[in-house]
Amino acid sequence: MSEYILEMKEISKEFTGVKALSDVNFKVKKGEIHCLIGENGAGKSTLMKVLSGVYPYGAYQGDIIYEGTVQQFNNISDSVKAGIAIIHQELALFPDLTVYENIFAGNEVKRGAFVDWNETIVQAKKLLQKVKLKVNPETLVKDLSVGKQQLVEIAKALSKDVKLLILDEPTAALNEDDSENLLNLLKDLKQQGITCIMISHKLKEVISIADKATVLRDGKTICTLDASNEPISESVIIKNMVGREIEDIYPKRTNKKIGGEILQLFNWSAYDVELGRNVVKNVNLHIKKGEIVGIAGLMGSGRTELALSIFGNPNAYKLQGELLLHGKQRKLPHTRDAIKAGIAYVTEDRKGNGLFLLQDIKNNVTAANLKAISSNGIINDNEEIKVAGEYRKSINIKASSLEQNVGNLSGGNQQKVSIGKWLFVGPELLILDEPTRGIDVGAKFEIYSIMNQLISEGLSIIMISSELGEVLGMSDRIYVMGEGAIKGELAIEEASQEKIMELATQ
Amino acid sequence: MTFFNEAKFLIKENIRDYGMYIALFVILLTFSILTDGLFMSSRNISNLLDSAGYIAVLAVGMTLVIVIRHIDLSVGFAAGFLGAIAAIFLTQMGVSVYITIPVILVFGVIAGLFNGFLIAQIGIPAFVATLAAMLIFRGALLRVTERTGTIIVNDEKFNALGNGFIPSLAEVNGLHLLSLIIGLIGILLYIYSEFSNRRNKIKYQFDVVSKGIFTMKLILVSAVIAYITWILAGYNGFSWTVVIMLVVVVIYHFLSTKTVLGRHIYAVGSNPEAAHLSGINVKKITYIVFGSMGMLAALSGILFTSRLQSATTTAGTLFELDAIAAAYVGGVSSAGGVGKVTGAIIGAIVMASLTSGMNLMGVGISYQYIIRGGVLAAAVIFDVMTRRKRG
Repeated sequence: MSEYILEMKEISKEFTGVKALSDVNFKVKKGEIHCLIGENGAGKSTLMKVLSGVYPYGAYQGDIIYEGTVQQFNNISDSVKAGIAIIHQELALFPDLTVYENIFAGNEVKRGAFVDWNETIVQAKKLLQKVKLKVNPETLVKDLSVGKQQLVEIAKALSKDVKLLILDEPTAALNEDDSENLLNLLKDLKQQGITCIMISHKLKEVISIADKATVLRDGKTICTLDASNEPISESVIIKNMVGREIEDIYPKRTNKKIGGEILQLFNWSAYDVELGRNVVKNVNLHIKKGEIVGIAGLMGSGRTELALSIFGNPNAYKLQGELLLHGKQRKLPHTRDAIKAGIAYVTEDRKGNGLFLLQDIKNNVTAANLKAISSNGIINDNEEIKVAGEYRKSINIKASSLEQNVGNLSGGNQQKVSIGKWLFVGPELLILDEPTRGIDVGAKFEIYSIMNQLISEGLSIIMISSELGEVLGMSDRIYVMGEGAIKGELAIEEASQEKIMELATQ
Repeated sequence: MTFFNEAKFLIKENIRDYGMYIALFVILLTFSILTDGLFMSSRNISNLLDSAGYIAVLAVGMTLVIVIRHIDLSVGFAAGFLGAIAAIFLTQMGVSVYITIPVILVFGVIAGLFNGFLIAQIGIPAFVATLAAMLIFRGALLRVTERTGTIIVNDEKFNALGNGFIPSLAEVNGLHLLSLIIGLIGILLYIYSEFSNRRNKIKYQFDVVSKGIFTMKLILVSAVIAYITWILAGYNGFSWTVVIMLVVVVIYHFLSTKTVLGRHIYAVGSNPEAAHLSGINVKKITYIVFGSMGMLAALSGILFTSRLQSATTTAGTLFELDAIAAAYVGGVSSAGGVGKVTGAIIGAIVMASLTSGMNLMGVGISYQYIIRGGVLAAAVIFDVMTRRKRG
């Protein structure tokens, strides 16, 4: 039997024309901690989904060799049976059940046809000791902190005799003490012979814990670093993560005219009541007239939350700090107040919470500003058609007619409808959240050109983006966010992919 | 052949909209044949429409409630209770009918707003909130009718709403003149609005159907209006119930298609989060839709009480389910955001036609329920299938 517990050979996976993984090789030795690193969209999660059977055998090319034999997982329960467990970033626990019920959910300890609760509790206690969690197994999971919940997840995995444990950004939501605890536990598990694959963006953690680290970029394996050869360093990882050539697909702006301050935030924090933690922490930030300010950072770094907290706070965070518009302190308790104050927000998830997919283009374009095309509450159809027609022309929405349902448009055109809708409210500050996600290169270029056009007309733009190329190519100034806080501000002249990634992974 | 190809294409594209009209046509035809034409007699159609009235107005409100992804189970007994209050006003308290009706409608709005409060403000699921309201109204109905039992209403003006007909002015060959005039005006208005609509669309270079199909549609719809008018004119003409039903449809159709409010209702239904992020006040919309539902429940109660000329202890039983069924048969989608007010009326007429036709044929009540259940299931299956096909 080979020394590798897992070998993934030449794995390729395609989503309707887009290659998410191409010929990825990934080998994990028995008993090691192997970190998987890469930018958002590099293919880490897809690779782990292939491994755990979310994408069944046949939906990908290549071989998974696990414990010496080629595996054909058809679903998740197949991989669980083989001893592979994934712990996702969003925990899959039942908050209203107790710790012991959660540990054995789907894997109940039975005597005959009935659940043996006494035995369950006894075994749960043993598992809790293993993961060094000192709580009463009869506690409800929702009463535990996120860090402790994570340990319950690991205990759950251990209850199924796990051999290969996969953790997807396990420390993303943890504070430092809890992170430290978790990393120590992983080292302990390693002593007990459990192999661990950890996806992480925090490079310091990776360096402190990893025996090996594999870097993925654009669906390809870039390299595997081995700590036993030479210590893994941050700079080497970052170099491999970002090594992509930036193509020059960004239209140049000719006349930059930067004016006075539009928006300023001082010590701005947002507390999410449901999550029970600050999603935005002490942010200080300012945007001037005629500027494109990029906000870079990894997923979950609090960028969208920051945008929402400015845009009328629809998720009802508890806000602290000061928000100034044109130098005057303001409160924007509802989205409609934010819209009135001249702020518009094009959401990251245009299908989920941006557009009315069942309605046509003209209804979508006018949805946020029906007042402008109505009198006494009655809509002027002709005026609406005129307005929608103008946007269709000016931002080049390609559709057979204004009466086409938005759900049937391509991603790029849907995004243009979103932008048109928000331009129609006449904003001063346009917040674009991942404006080019999931759209093709041609449409991207058009969106960039629209942005430049708007800037020259005196708008200000905040662009939230995970694509470093886009951030570097379009912004005048860049903020980098991580864990809800601004980790650094870079003038465009001094910014580089490495610098951004360094700040984002701090 | 292009004419037929275009017709085929249009039917395929708009099957959701046309489906219920086709269903209604099939049902009418089937019953006409099975009853040797008795079904389409003036008297039967007139009765059928009158008996559809109090469910139809509920179905109109229910459509909007379902469009914003809620449900209202309280409307049946709300109608029963408010109808009884109307009867008490008219008989025991001697209030004039002209005061009673607006006051009852206002009561209805208040009851609806209370549902809206529980749902929008407190965040209780509509199913539970309105279930509670249903029990409360049921109890309240029993409470007010407990002492007297059935309350007989003798007010002629009030009773005319459910049983009376609009004045005739003059008879022409035994036909009801005013009804004929109204029918004619209806046809002219229809043709005018279709023409101006088409002109507008051409002006903005929207797709329009070919001239052949357009003419065909004009003739078809005009013929249907003319036929219904002629049938009704042959009996007693338009009843007040039919007139009220038409007025409700026209107002709600206008509200839902031409106003900012209507646009907001459909926006909330099709994507509540996007609506919220577009600055639409989702709570306010919820209040308005439930308030309107309450008002229509009151109207339904008035029509029903007037039709029976009395308020009974069981008035309103199962109205809510009939209204929900009518709304679904009329094409409202359980996923929210889709459904027309005009569809609700057609749905109510489909359900009333089934009852009336089966009664004429002497089908047992047990089979009637089973068949109506089957039709409802078929309507929802149709909804799901056509939605899936669209992707």
